[in-house]
Amino acid sequence: MPALAGKVALITGAARGQGRSHAVRLAAEGADIIAIDICAQIESVPYPLARPADLEQTAAEVRALGGRIVTAHADVRSQAELRAAVDAAVGELGRLDIVCANAGIHSSAPAHELPEQAWQDLIDVNLTGVWLTCKVAVPHIIAGGRGGVVIVTASVAGHKPYATISHYVAAKHGLIGLTKTLAQELAPHGIRVNAISPTQVDTDMIQNDMIYRQFVPDAERPTREQFAEASQATNLLPVPWVEPSDVSDAVAFLAGDGARFITGASLPVDAGVLAK
Amino acid sequence: MSTSTTSASTASASPSGAGRLAGKVAFITGAARGQGRSHALRLAREGADIIAIDLCGPLPTVGYPLGTPEDLAMTVDLVEELDRRIVAVPADVRDLASLEQALAVGVAELGRLDIVCANAGILSSGSLADLTEEAWREMIDINLSGVWRTCRAAIPHLIAGGRGGSIVLTSSVAGLKSYPNIAHYVSAKHGVTGLMRTLAVELAPHRIRVNSVHPTQVDTDMIQNDVMYRLFCPDSENPTKEEFAAASRATGLLPVDWVEAIDVSNAVLFLASEDARYITGTALAIDAGALMI
Repeated sequence: MPALAGKVALITGAARGQGRSHAVRLAAEGADIIAIDICAQIESVPYPLARPADLEQTAAEVRALGGRIVTAHADVRSQAELRAAVDAAVGELGRLDIVCANAGIHSSAPAHELPEQAWQDLIDVNLTGVWLTCKVAVPHIIAGGRGGVVIVTASVAGHKPYATISHYVAAKHGLIGLTKTLAQELAPHGIRVNAISPTQVDTDMIQNDMIYRQFVPDAERPTREQFAEASQATNLLPVPWVEPSDVSDAVAFLAGDGARFITGASLPVDAGVLAK
Repeated sequence: MSTSTTSASTASASPSGAGRLAGKVAFITGAARGQGRSHALRLAREGADIIAIDLCGPLPTVGYPLGTPEDLAMTVDLVEELDRRIVAVPADVRDLASLEQALAVGVAELGRLDIVCANAGILSSGSLADLTEEAWREMIDINLSGVWRTCRAAIPHLIAGGRGGSIVLTSSVAGLKSYPNIAHYVSAKHGVTGLMRTLAVELAPHRIRVNSVHPTQVDTDMIQNDVMYRLFCPDSENPTKEEFAAASRATGLLPVDWVEAIDVSNAVLFLASEDARYITGTALAIDAGALMI
């Protein structure tokens, strides 16, 4: 029997990138999926966010594995939208066991030049959105009485700084604090709470001009190859970035019983960044 | 500017004219009382002039009285008793424009900016189920985004001065470890640690150092209140100061119930002074050993 047979996993930011990869991976392990994504643009984000067709693609890939999936367009900044989506989906699938608070955005500027809206949007999505996801979803896990797992997508930036992304680093550091606090609060319910801390992951969030410029500030029009070189220099292992499936492997491990006594941890998937 | 004569006479009249911060100007948020007032007095005693702001009013999700205009006026009196100059205005760290305005006035009057103490902060509590979205947002907006706004408003003045500078962010032991039932506070304070590290990287080329202080419980109005007593003594119906003191003492290694504001101010002074000229990106705990538990 697959490791997660009979379980239900909620994933935010599931339309593409890491979120889609987690959905497909957990479905392959037997879980039914609740997939949420804003499927709309946020103005301060300088690269295209997912569209409705992306979320439909995630659903198609999960169904192709024989899994059930409920999708919803919801903004993690809105408790009302999240609550409506999660309550309806849990009603349909019957339970909730696993939460992957994965939705996140990125933008870039020195702290003293960052527009206030960019700071606010990023803190709202990457930090407050994770708390709201937990606030809405965890009561369903508690109600099940079977324990469960929360996996927070932090970052190596939750542990170390990077210039020109003070809001991202602050939000991700905040998530490490949130993870440990919720691990304390939810342990009596048998709910484990852990973070994953990836280095650069090969998704649309990094394969764009803004990130290329952040990593290669001295080039006028940095190329993917220049970015790859700069990105690889941040890692110990000789790879420019990791794949979404690498992060999903860590998520599947933390979601499974093999990690039954692991809580409050931050698992790096970072090609050695944090060992530097 | 017409301040040169007054500035010179003030400096020469001051017994602290040769202090470790003589001639410097420090911006302090949350300066009406508590740690903020203590920082203002400690830095003034070493010769710094002060730009002091405080909200000076209540907040919807904060269950204890905050600083008042009278408190801020008292800070002004106490700094002036030390023969230092102070510009004090009510301002809200949630409102970037109010911070920019306060700094514009303060720097125009005092002539420069060297030191920033992003100290303003609040406390509330609640489990994941009980904590309201309003309380979460107010906390993040003040204790995290308010620290960034403070820096956002102040850094251009430091850079414009061309003399480097020192930024000290007030985090907490909760910026390095977790405590149940204050997820918003722990998240905000961890975020401040990340912000400190990032600013240290970004501002080093300008010789601006950025560090954070991480106190355990400090004996101020923010902890000597019913909200905090209940957080620390959840099983007691009406926890007393004595019960809180015992529970608070148990969070540290050294046999003290809490630390005093002056202990944090001494750390801030060290980080603000030339004694710490090559210290940047550091999280300095004033915690009686709490991080070892």
